[in-house]
Amino acid sequence: MSAAARVPDEAGTGAPLLSVRDLALHIPVPPHVLRAVDGISFDLRRGETLGLVGESGSGKTLTALMLMRLLEPPLDALPRGQVVLDGIDLMTLDEARMSALRGRTVSMVFQEPMTSLNPIMTVGRQIAEPLVRHLGLSPRQAAARAEAMLRLVHIPDPQRVAGAYPHLLSGGMRQRAMIAIALACRPAVLVADEPTTALDVTVQAQILELLGELQREMGSAILLITHDLAVIAETAHRVAVMYAGRIVEEAPVASLFAAPRHPYTRGLLASIPRIERVPAATLPEIPGMVPGPGDRPAGCAFMARCMRAISGCAAEAPPLAELGPGHRVACWNPADG
Amino acid sequence: MIGFVGWRLLQAVPLLIGVSLIGFGLMHLAPGGPLAVYTLNPTIQVQDIERIKVIFGLDQPIHVQYVKWATGMVSGHWGYTFFGGRPVLEVILERLPATLLLMGSALSVAIILGLSIGVLGAVKRYSVFDVLATTGALFALSFPTFWFGLMAIFVFAIELRWLPSGGMWELGEEGSILSLIRHLVLPTMVLALVITATWSRYSRSAFLEVMQQDFMRTARAKGEPPAARLLRHALPNAAKPLIALLGVELPFLFSGALVTETIFGWPGMGRLFVDALNMKEYPVLMGLMMFTGIFVVVGNLLADIAIAAIDPRVRLR
Repeated sequence: MSAAARVPDEAGTGAPLLSVRDLALHIPVPPHVLRAVDGISFDLRRGETLGLVGESGSGKTLTALMLMRLLEPPLDALPRGQVVLDGIDLMTLDEARMSALRGRTVSMVFQEPMTSLNPIMTVGRQIAEPLVRHLGLSPRQAAARAEAMLRLVHIPDPQRVAGAYPHLLSGGMRQRAMIAIALACRPAVLVADEPTTALDVTVQAQILELLGELQREMGSAILLITHDLAVIAETAHRVAVMYAGRIVEEAPVASLFAAPRHPYTRGLLASIPRIERVPAATLPEIPGMVPGPGDRPAGCAFMARCMRAISGCAAEAPPLAELGPGHRVACWNPADG
Repeated sequence: MIGFVGWRLLQAVPLLIGVSLIGFGLMHLAPGGPLAVYTLNPTIQVQDIERIKVIFGLDQPIHVQYVKWATGMVSGHWGYTFFGGRPVLEVILERLPATLLLMGSALSVAIILGLSIGVLGAVKRYSVFDVLATTGALFALSFPTFWFGLMAIFVFAIELRWLPSGGMWELGEEGSILSLIRHLVLPTMVLALVITATWSRYSRSAFLEVMQQDFMRTARAKGEPPAARLLRHALPNAAKPLIALLGVELPFLFSGALVTETIFGWPGMGRLFVDALNMKEYPVLMGLMMFTGIFVVVGNLLADIAIAAIDPRVRLR
């Protein structure tokens, strides 16, 4: 990792640190081809948090696993496209060179803090492992750094926790430990896949706050994957909304919440419960379901559920088009800003 | 920990009593008896046989015999052999080293080989190697040990003449390590075969299960290379069920050793058991049965302690 990557930048300025181009995962499921991720592109700049939102099955997690090159056989041979980090295309690296980047330059925090830690290794050793592997610290130095990391993620009594096994920690504490592992080597990019989904609401807020704090301190760029727009509103600088394997709208967070242009985004925002609307009758929902692998239409995948669908929607999938500053929408009939 | 060991040993007492009762009962139900050989011997009179019966206490009711035997057993007095009148414990302990040597070498070979085959099969699942290993294991488990033993003797001792067909040493070479190793190879191979097959199957599934766990993906996301993931993360987690298996397998190992020792004329406890069975040597049989029972209890206890040492979530109580 270059020294510059560690310096906290102005969030979201400068050349992109991570550039994803036409990333796709087409899985043959005879007689169909499941377009799990269908050609997505986005940039991530230093110190920036990009929120990736979407329903279950929209391809968010697969996108994250492709970025990290963590897909297991037989899926690992299927990804197409480019993931360029600091000028290196991760997709073309061999496993050994990719392994050297994982945990050092790109790290990942997983959804399930309960099962993502090795149950029979102390928390301290699990944090120390990448420090020894990537930074060449001695076991003793690494142990000291591991304790410092635990302090950094606001774990009380870090010395005791470093010597503890994961089953003694609460979910929130385990996720803090996971974050400590992921950030131990001060990576340039952190991929956080639903990091708060498995946690209590109060703990969720603390973890998000912690991520923001560490980002300001280390200058890491974060790709925050979630299905929860409230999480995005609190944490992200920009948002990309995924639907059926594609990005349908991408915008700075304020712009997206103030003036969503894609009908799907509007539907998502409308279905968030709001306290001032109580006692409203029912929460508006988007009619229909995400299309299955076999019945993905040739045109816009959202068309069947879309209230704004027009005749052209069925013919061709709409490309992402810039409708405002940094605001891109893939829709043949976008709503007014 | 000390409390746990004490409690487990206490739990073993009714188990061992059960083993002894069943063993004692079955033995006396079997037709014939230790003195049956004499009935065909014309030089021995009926009254002589009756006299011997009284001397050995065989004229007493079976429950009296049992209580006498059991009280002696507890105080470390395991009785005397009918033929030769030697202390049973001495006879057993004399055979112990040979059995431990055979079981130890077979177990070492089987664990190393079985674990390697299983791990390789798990890592390269559905590969040609994996399919061959799985089929081979099924083959090894489907045939009786004695068949493999006879085949091994036929091929390596009779046809190829590479190795001796039985015994522990050549005549006149007693104590020679080289001769011992040459004699050890075939019985070890035969005894290890079935255990290797079991171990390869169990370690394959244990590793497959561990490798699907979330923390293995975490290890990969941390940049740990495959060898480190396998040795530091997968192996200790997969070791737990395998150690438990080891504890459970001990009785099978004993029965396997019994057949193997008999086929190869290996002077161990297994062959002693078969010989004692043929001669209705009740004291020796009971001694061996109790010895095996204690061995299995202690083996399982050690397995539990080892598991608790590996996994901090397991509490011994």
